[in-house]
Amino acid sequence: MSEASQNVGERVTAAPDLRALFLGFLEIALSGFGGVLPWARRVMVEKRGWVTGDEFADLLSLCQFLPGPNIVNMSVAVGARFRGWKGAFVSFAGLMMAPVAIILCLGALYSSYGRIDQVQAVIRGISATASGLLVATGIKMVVAPRVRSLLLGFGVMAFLAVALLRIPLLPVLLVLAPASILAARWSYLRRDT
Amino acid sequence: MVWDRTLQLVLDFLPLSLIAVGGGATVLPEMQRSVVDVHGWMTATQFSELFGLANASPGPNVLVVTLIGWQVAGVPGALGATLALCIPSCLLTFALFRLWQRFRDSPWVKCIEGGMAPLTVGLVLSSGYLVTRGANESAMAYAATALTAATVLATRVNPLWMIGLGAAAGLSGIL
Repeated sequence: MSEASQNVGERVTAAPDLRALFLGFLEIALSGFGGVLPWARRVMVEKRGWVTGDEFADLLSLCQFLPGPNIVNMSVAVGARFRGWKGAFVSFAGLMMAPVAIILCLGALYSSYGRIDQVQAVIRGISATASGLLVATGIKMVVAPRVRSLLLGFGVMAFLAVALLRIPLLPVLLVLAPASILAARWSYLRRDT
Repeated sequence: MVWDRTLQLVLDFLPLSLIAVGGGATVLPEMQRSVVDVHGWMTATQFSELFGLANASPGPNVLVVTLIGWQVAGVPGALGATLALCIPSCLLTFALFRLWQRFRDSPWVKCIEGGMAPLTVGLVLSSGYLVTRGANESAMAYAATALTAATVLATRVNPLWMIGLGAAAGLSGIL
């Protein structure tokens, strides 16, 4: 792997070529378990110097604003920015290929051995704790400053509709999203005056 | 049958790509509804097990979709489901990333962000609730889930340690 960055942190060095994009996203993909977004900053800003910290924050806000898996969006945005559609494709491939191959192996093992009692017991423990991680992610988001307390009622309604009533997501969003966005607009206007 | 199921998976997951507001975890409840409730391809317990395995594997957390696809229809299902969830939002990102500089500070973008943020929270908590319900049968298992959540919130421990402890606890038979 090339050591592109001499100056860590705030200065961008050279625009990565296709090979560097592939390897960079491969590195990000294999750095973390159960989510790699925190590693994207580390690799792209600190290690390889592709973008500055501010540019990264900007990219992150775009990828969180748009629908879809955030880190996947980021691979496309970063790849496209440096090397057009080829860069987007190569970055996406770098991010997904190795993890997909690994998880298919895991899936094959699960299909073959998942019914054995000991394996079943281990998987039960893993899924119990992994669920806890997801719950923690949700709780962290409640207290994050991005969410205005005034609007949390819409989150409660989404939870009731999706988790408890099991209403399909599309109609839930068609009703709640416009309402919540208008409420956000109203609350911003009120704050500004 | 594999190809029929793959096609059905792709058709179900394609639109989810564009309504996954705030990331992949927000559409887990809808994926569960599709593969467990509507099609009966797996149980809620199996769905939670696949979620757990995806967390114990390196890579983006969207990989749970790959495992779900694998369980439903083998390799074609795995690749189909993964691409279905990624490609529409990737195309949207590709189309819009240059415009972001111009729009990020517009009032409507701020309102959309502000309005969608609480919905994202509600949906991630829905995912947590449904996966927890599917994963656990015993009170001890619920306790393990709660202990994990509390530990991750209160300390800076690497979540992978919690998964490892969970595996050990499972093997010891206390869950």
